[in-house]
Amino acid sequence: MKPLDSKNEYQNYVDKKSPNSPIFKNCFHAFLVGGLICSIGQIIMDFCKYRGISQEISGTIVSIILIGLSAFLTGLNMFNKIGKYAGAGSLIPITGFANSIVSPAMEYKSEGYVMGVGGKMFTVAGPVLVFGISTSILVGLVYLIFNTQTITLV
Amino acid sequence: MKKLGKQTIKFDNPPCITEVASIVGPKEAQGPLANYFDQCLEDEFWGEKTWEKSESKIIKETVNMSIAKSGIPSNNIEYCFAGDLLNQCISSSFGLRELNIPFIGIFGACSTFVEGLSLGAIFTEACAEHVLCAASSHFCSAEKQFRFPLELGNQRPQSSQWTVTGAGSAILSKTGSGPFITHITTGKIVDMGIKDANNMGAAMAPAALDTLLCHFKDTGRSPNYYDAILTGDLGYVGKEILIELAQDKGYHIKQNYNDCGVLIFDKDKQDTHSGGSGCACCATVFSGYFFKQLKDKKMKRILLIATGALTNATSSQQGESIPGIAHAVSIEM
Repeated sequence: MKPLDSKNEYQNYVDKKSPNSPIFKNCFHAFLVGGLICSIGQIIMDFCKYRGISQEISGTIVSIILIGLSAFLTGLNMFNKIGKYAGAGSLIPITGFANSIVSPAMEYKSEGYVMGVGGKMFTVAGPVLVFGISTSILVGLVYLIFNTQTITLV
Repeated sequence: MKKLGKQTIKFDNPPCITEVASIVGPKEAQGPLANYFDQCLEDEFWGEKTWEKSESKIIKETVNMSIAKSGIPSNNIEYCFAGDLLNQCISSSFGLRELNIPFIGIFGACSTFVEGLSLGAIFTEACAEHVLCAASSHFCSAEKQFRFPLELGNQRPQSSQWTVTGAGSAILSKTGSGPFITHITTGKIVDMGIKDANNMGAAMAPAALDTLLCHFKDTGRSPNYYDAILTGDLGYVGKEILIELAQDKGYHIKQNYNDCGVLIFDKDKQDTHSGGSGCACCATVFSGYFFKQLKDKKMKRILLIATGALTNATSSQQGESIPGIAHAVSIEM
């Protein structure tokens, strides 16, 4: 074994020596918490519909409540603990997006409201917004070009 | 002083480490070495409005504490060497701006404390009666600068390390009752192409090996000359790598070797993954624990090798690899 002979060999050696993340445990936690968040969303949705609110508005209400809750828990220093446990389970639903905007806003408050909170608020969520919006434009264009009867029917 | 071999200086009148002080944050206060530190803080802010201000206060109070403990009037201290991890080393320069001692700001990433001890020892032997060396780091300000906001709900990789909140300070004097800095070995920059900013231990281990081998070669010493060989913040991953690499080169260090980043936290209880890191890691562990071991004569000779990853957030994003550095001081009673 001569791991220091070349950078490649050292990288391979380091990969072998470095501990891996516990993937199965992480997946299980993500499934559990992610499922729980979605179930909460569904309960709110069903409750809204039960009260006679339309499907579309009920969906909006679910988003508002989950975003509000996630932002609130971020402020209470609790969301990072949930995120540490759940990983993608709390990151992928809309809760993760809210957390990614509130956390830098809190962090950079010390640099003032304009350049701190305002300027840095989207440092984490920025890429998601840019590529999310770009992709939706691309999909929209594809839809516009191929908007034939069959696609509309689907 | 005279030069031994390529990178080592041997002191004719070894400078004495007269006094040390250490202040650590709340997480370190729950670790296994808590009882050895001079002061443990209850929260990361310590009454300040920002983490940066808190870090400045930590280094300021640590330095003041070491001066007070030594009983040396501060205007008899002729030079101060200090550094930290924040951009342009603001923690040390802001924290020490009222100190009124000629100030030399230094940067060696997490190797800063030993870099300070090395330079301080040279100054002490050359011209100064008393010299001060200090270094600090802060978990929150370091995360903010290098990684993600603290409240972000993400998971840390297993190889990542936890920046130590705290500061260590040491006063070197021309004369005293020891322990003494007998040799310094200044390290070269070694880059083995590791790019993963969450695996600093692996990035710095080759630099630590280079300095370690060079120290043994220059001084003619072997690993069992020392009661303890300590690296600054290689963590569990880097420690393991260094042991294996050294073994490969024919040096068996496993018996008396440890890493400050491994010692400062309880990996299982404190969820710190690969261990502690930061300038304060070896500064507080040496000032808190090992200095007392030397003073109490429980140990006689230690080799302290502080390791640094010479990287920043921009270079990581640009895909640059992480150059490592390691400086060693031989401290003997």
